[in-house]
Amino acid sequence: MSANENILSSNWNIFAAIGRVVLAFLAGTGRLAVFAGIAISHIVRPPIYWQLVLHQMLRIGYFSLPVVGLTAFFTGAVLCLQIYIGGNRYGAEAFVPQIVVLGITRELGPVIAGLMMAGRVSAAIAAEIGTMRVTEQIDALTTLATNPFKYLVVPRIVAAVVTLPILVAVADSIGVFGGYIVGTRSLGFNGAVYINNTMNFVTAGDVRSGLIKASVFGFIIALMGCYSGFHSKGGAQGVGAATTQAVVSASILILAANYLMTSFFFSE
Amino acid sequence: MNDTPHIQLKGVKKRFGSKLVLDGVDLTIRRGESVVIIGGSGTGKSVTLKCVLGILRADEGSIHVAGEDVTRASGSKRDAYLRKFGMLFQGGALFDSLSIWENVAFGLIQGRGLPRKQARETAIEKLAMVGLSADIANLSPAELSGGMQKRVGLARAIAANPEILFFDEPTTGLDPIMADVINKLIASTVRDLGVTAVSITHDMVSARRISSRIAMLYKGRIIWDGPTDSIDNSGNPYVDQFIRGSAEGPIRMEVRS
Ligand SMILES: Nc1ncnc2c1ncn2[C@@H]1O[C@H](COP(=O)(O)OP(=O)(O)OP(=O)(O)O)[C@@H](O)[C@H]1O
Ligand SMILES: [Mg+2]
Repeated sequence: MSANENILSSNWNIFAAIGRVVLAFLAGTGRLAVFAGIAISHIVRPPIYWQLVLHQMLRIGYFSLPVVGLTAFFTGAVLCLQIYIGGNRYGAEAFVPQIVVLGITRELGPVIAGLMMAGRVSAAIAAEIGTMRVTEQIDALTTLATNPFKYLVVPRIVAAVVTLPILVAVADSIGVFGGYIVGTRSLGFNGAVYINNTMNFVTAGDVRSGLIKASVFGFIIALMGCYSGFHSKGGAQGVGAATTQAVVSASILILAANYLMTSFFFSE
Repeated sequence: MNDTPHIQLKGVKKRFGSKLVLDGVDLTIRRGESVVIIGGSGTGKSVTLKCVLGILRADEGSIHVAGEDVTRASGSKRDAYLRKFGMLFQGGALFDSLSIWENVAFGLIQGRGLPRKQARETAIEKLAMVGLSADIANLSPAELSGGMQKRVGLARAIAANPEILFFDEPTTGLDPIMADVINKLIASTVRDLGVTAVSITHDMVSARRISSRIAMLYKGRIIWDGPTDSIDNSGNPYVDQFIRGSAEGPIRMEVRS
């Protein structure tokens, strides 16, 4: 075989490898789309098990409050600090409260809460449903004439879609409060002026856009958790892989969806 | 009674990737029969039951339940035919987020909308039938031993009085006395309630006790099928080797010696 042919065949190998990856990606995307379609078809068709929804809201929402609260606080605080330092160069320190509240409500509140929830909730959902998959509990559900989408997927998605905006509303308040603490305690802002500037500047639209984002993130988080769990294979190792996959894919999808929604909401 | 077979598999094939597990399974089970499927580990016994339940989709062939083609049934049609079945999974498959009694009563509450209080009474009754006391009703599955979990799975399978029962290794992991209790329970459910039962077992003592017919699965096909009484003179070397439990014979295990 000549050297030329060798190069050619190794080139083909590369193309084949790329082709395989692309095909796998497309197949995965297709499966996810089908999964999401089935889930949505069950959300709009009664019955919905409201008791399970409430139970999941408690698990997703209530127990996440401390985590989300703390992250939001420090995010608000550091945002305030950086804007002050940056603004200082142009003598724009006065705009700190306005920029903090804008940054928190429009972007950081939903994104930070979304990412924290992706780590906490997606992982927990994937581990739970993945274990149910590999121990045949999902098969058992089916044979007991209970649709696993209705019983497992729908309550988690509905709960996350409803709960995430509530968590983000809390995160927004605590984030602004974090900025306020730094602004008044270490940057020398007057408290009343800080609050006044914040309140006069922020619009309902800013907050609303953030809450809509939060709902979409909630959907992504629960969907990726359920999807990865449903498709986990093998034993403990498979469940571990599903958990990682859920967190990574949910995080990436959240950031991508965030960009799309920002460009949609705020394009003039 | 009508003559339509209760369950009928025709040429069922199932492949996982490149591995052909079922290679044309033909099996006909009449109403009220108790059939045991025997066969080596990994020959596709569990897969066969899962194909009938639609948990796995057969690649080829057809499956009829009570005369109705259920090979590709889905949605409410599938739920309707699944209500005829009770299944004991090989690993138990108990819901670990629910208590024992909720596990047993699951099909009654979720599937049939029975009030919880009434369902709980039925659950405790069924638990007693498999030799478990009401004390454990509120425990979670993780707090039970393997054999106890198996019996809870059994209680869950029979809870809704289904007309067809599938038992995947009902006596594996039980002590001999409890195994006998379970064998008697299966035999009497079939005899007294007219239930159709399909069990998988490696335990020939159990197979002889609970079945009226035995079918042997080998290399993806049913290679022998006949009345339990005639198993000792089947004239089939594979069956003979299996019931003797001998390493010598036509069935070669893929182990290096
Ligand atoms: N979901 C699945 N994906 C891939 N392969 C599978 C799956 N389920 C079963 N198999 C394969 O099919 C074959 C038959 O499995 P099955 O569980 O039916 O065996 P079995 O006859 O019940 O054995 P045992 O007596 O050990 O329970 C095995 O080789 C197994 O690896
Ligand atoms: Mg098996």
